[in-house]
Amino acid sequence: MKKTGAQILIESLLKEKVEVVFGIPGGVFLPTFDVLYDSPLRFILTRHEQGAAHMAEGYSRASGRIGVCFATSGPGATNLVTGLANANMDSIPMIAITAQVATNLIGNDAFQEADITGITRPVTKHNYLVKDVRDLARTIKEAFYIAQTGRPGPVLIDLPVDVQKAECEFSYPAQVDIRSYRPNYQGHPGQIKKAADLINQAQKPVLYIGGGVITSGAHKEIMALAEKAQLPVIWTLMGIGAFPSAHDLSLGMVGMHGTYSANHATQKSDLIIAVGARFDDRVTGRLDKFAPGAKVIHVDIDPTSISKNIKVDVPIVGDARIIVGELVKLVAKKTKMTDWHKQIEIWKKDFPLTYKKDSKLRAQYVIEQICEITKGNGIITTEVGQNQMWSTQFFKYKTPRSFISSGGLGTMGYGFPAAIGAKVACPDRVVFDIAGDGSIQMNIQELATAVQNKIPVKVAILNNGYLGMVRQWQQLFYKRRYSGTVLSSGNPDFVKVAEAYGAVGIRVEKKSDVRAAIQKAIKIDKPVFLDFKIESEENVFPMVPAGAALDEILQGVA
Amino acid sequence: MRHAISVLVENKAGVLARIANLFSARGYNIDSLAVGETEDPTISRMTIIVRGDERILEQIEKQLNKLVDVIRVSDFLETEHLERDLILIKVTADKNSRLEIMQIVDIFRAKIVDVGSNSVIIEMTGNEEKIKAFVEIVKPFGIKEMVRTGIVAMGRGNK
Ligand SMILES: Cc1ncc(C[n+]2csc(CCOP(=O)(O)OP(=O)(O)O)c2C)c(N)n1
Ligand SMILES: [Mg+2]
Repeated sequence: MKKTGAQILIESLLKEKVEVVFGIPGGVFLPTFDVLYDSPLRFILTRHEQGAAHMAEGYSRASGRIGVCFATSGPGATNLVTGLANANMDSIPMIAITAQVATNLIGNDAFQEADITGITRPVTKHNYLVKDVRDLARTIKEAFYIAQTGRPGPVLIDLPVDVQKAECEFSYPAQVDIRSYRPNYQGHPGQIKKAADLINQAQKPVLYIGGGVITSGAHKEIMALAEKAQLPVIWTLMGIGAFPSAHDLSLGMVGMHGTYSANHATQKSDLIIAVGARFDDRVTGRLDKFAPGAKVIHVDIDPTSISKNIKVDVPIVGDARIIVGELVKLVAKKTKMTDWHKQIEIWKKDFPLTYKKDSKLRAQYVIEQICEITKGNGIITTEVGQNQMWSTQFFKYKTPRSFISSGGLGTMGYGFPAAIGAKVACPDRVVFDIAGDGSIQMNIQELATAVQNKIPVKVAILNNGYLGMVRQWQQLFYKRRYSGTVLSSGNPDFVKVAEAYGAVGIRVEKKSDVRAAIQKAIKIDKPVFLDFKIESEENVFPMVPAGAALDEILQGVA
Repeated sequence: MRHAISVLVENKAGVLARIANLFSARGYNIDSLAVGETEDPTISRMTIIVRGDERILEQIEKQLNKLVDVIRVSDFLETEHLERDLILIKVTADKNSRLEIMQIVDIFRAKIVDVGSNSVIIEMTGNEEKIKAFVEIVKPFGIKEMVRTGIVAMGRGNK
C-alpha cells in the first residue's frame, strides 16, 4: 500500500521503537503533525526547540535508548543547533527531524528557509536532506544506525514539506549496509596483549575512564579489571557513575576541579589506562607537564581521539566493553597493598573534598543532602558553572546514567530540559537538576512543558546572585572586578515564577531547613523549584588554574 | 610538508562540503582539489593537495576517514606515485612569436589546441614542476588566461 512521507516517517519511528518525541510544529511540518495526531507516539510540546533537543539528549543519556526531537524549518531548525552541538561533543545518540520548505523552493530564500544541513554539518555526526520520498525509509534506518553505533552522536534529517506529502510504497528495511561506515568493535589482540603486559608490570597505574565506558556499557568489566589488577580509578566528568564513587579504589574526578588524589595520582603514575576518554584540555591541564613518567594505553572506539592530545604508547581501537573484557582475562590478579596504594590513601585522607562546615547555607551542603536523601539513587542533571562542579564533587554516584551534564560544550541551560527528558525516560526515579540562578533562566520556559505534561522534575537552584563560575575567575585572576557577572538585582522571585507556571516553589534561606525542603519537594508529585539562597561568594576548590600542570592545585579554604 | 591525499567517497551531495569543512575549520587552505568519478560511478575520487603541520594533517586524515561518506583515505607522502595536472594557457602570439612558441610547445610535449588572430591556447599535462617550468618560459610572451584542472595522483605498480 502507498503511504505518504509523513506516514512513513511516523511508522519508521515506531519501527525503531521510539515512544516519545520532543518538539514544536510549524507550517511546513503540518503533514507530519497531522499523522502524529492519532499515532501512538507520545508528543511532548516544548516551549523552545533548544529545550526539545536537550530533552531528547537527556532521554538518551538516562535510558541508553535514543531520543528524538522535531523542529520546523528556519528558526525552529536553527534553534536546535546548540542542542545538536552539545550531543555531538558528548557523543550522545539523538535523532533530529527538521521540516524544510518545498524542494522547488530550496535555495530561493523562501519564507522560513534555512540551510540546516549546511549549518549543522560540523555539529552532527551525519545529516541528510531527503528530496525523494522513496529514499525516506532507508534514510531513517541509516540515521538510527549511524547515531547509535561506533562513536555515537546526533543525526539530523531534513524533510521538505512536499516530500512529507508525496507517496510511495513503504517497507522498512531490516538491515543497513553502508560500505563507507563500518565501525570496528573488536580490539586488536596483539595490542590487547601488549596492554595487559604493561598493566602487569606497572608499579603506579591509574585507570582513567570516560563517557565511552557508559556508552558501551563497560562498567562491569571496568569493575572487574580494577579489582583484579588493583587499579586506582579516576574519571572524567562524562565518566561519572561508571565506577562507584564510594569504592576503595575510587579517587574521583581528574582535571581542573578534580580531586587532589586523582590529579596527583595521574601526575605521578607510571601507566595510564585510558578507556573511552579523550584527554580533554580540562582534564590534562598543561600538556607538556602532563603525567611526565607515564606510559599510556588508550582504548577508544574513535581513532581520531587517540594520540590527539597525548602521545599514546598502546592504542586499541574498538569497543570498551569487549576490549576491557579481554584485558580482564589477561591481567594478573593482585591482592597486596603496594606503596602506590598507600601513597594514594594518604592523599585521600589528607586532601579530601571539603568545605566550610559552619551554620551558613552552602551549595556543597545542599548537594550532599540531596545525595543522602535520595540515597545516591537519584538522577542528577546539572547546569554549567559552580553548580556543575559541586555536583561532581559532593554527590556520591553509584551507577552509570545517573549523572547527566554538558561536558564538552558546557552549555548553560542544558540541565533543566535534560532533566525533563531523563524523567520521561525513567519516570520511577527522582530527577534533580542542580542549577545555577543564571543557567536556569536560559531555558526556564520549559517549566511549562514539565507542568503541562506532568513531568515532576525537581530543580535545586543554587542561587548565589552571580554567574558564579565566571565571578570566581574574576575574583582569583582579575582582582575581583566583577564585570558582567552580577545577576542578583535582576533575578526573578523563583518561587513566584514556579507558582505562575502552576508548579511549586520553595525558598530555603537557612541551612537547617534544607533537608525538610528536599524531602517535601520529592514528595510533591509536581515540578518543584527549590530556591536555595546560598553563600554568594563561595568558590569551587580544588582548582587547577588554566594553563597550570595538574598538580599545581589551588586548595582554597577548608 | 606537502601532502597529496586521495579520498574515495560516495558520489553524493554534501560530501565535498563535509571534506572542505575539515580543512577550513582549521584555517587550512587547499592548494589543489580534483574530483571525478571512478570506475564505479557511485564512487568519486578526490585528490587534495595541502600543506601543513604533520600532526594536524594526520588528525585531518583520521577525521576524513571518520566521515560517514568517506570510503578510504590514502596519503601518498611515503608511496611512490605519479601526479598529473592539466593546464590550458592562452598566450599572446603574433606572427613574430608564433614560431618560437611552437618550438617551446614541442620541447615540453604540449599541444596547441586553438589558434586565434593574436593568441594561441596551449594544453599541457605534467607534474607540478614541469608545469611551473613551462609557465615560466611562456610568461615573457604574455599570458592572457590560465586554467588548471587540479592535480590527480595514482600509486605506481600493482597496489
Ligand atoms: C550558553 C552559555 N553562555 C555562557 C557560558 C559561560 N559561563 C560558564 S559558567 C557561567 C556562569 C553560570 O552561572 P550560574 O548558572 O548562576 O551558575 P553558578 O556558577 O553561579 O553556579 C557562564 C556565564 C556558558 N557556559 N554557556
Ligand atoms: Mg549563579
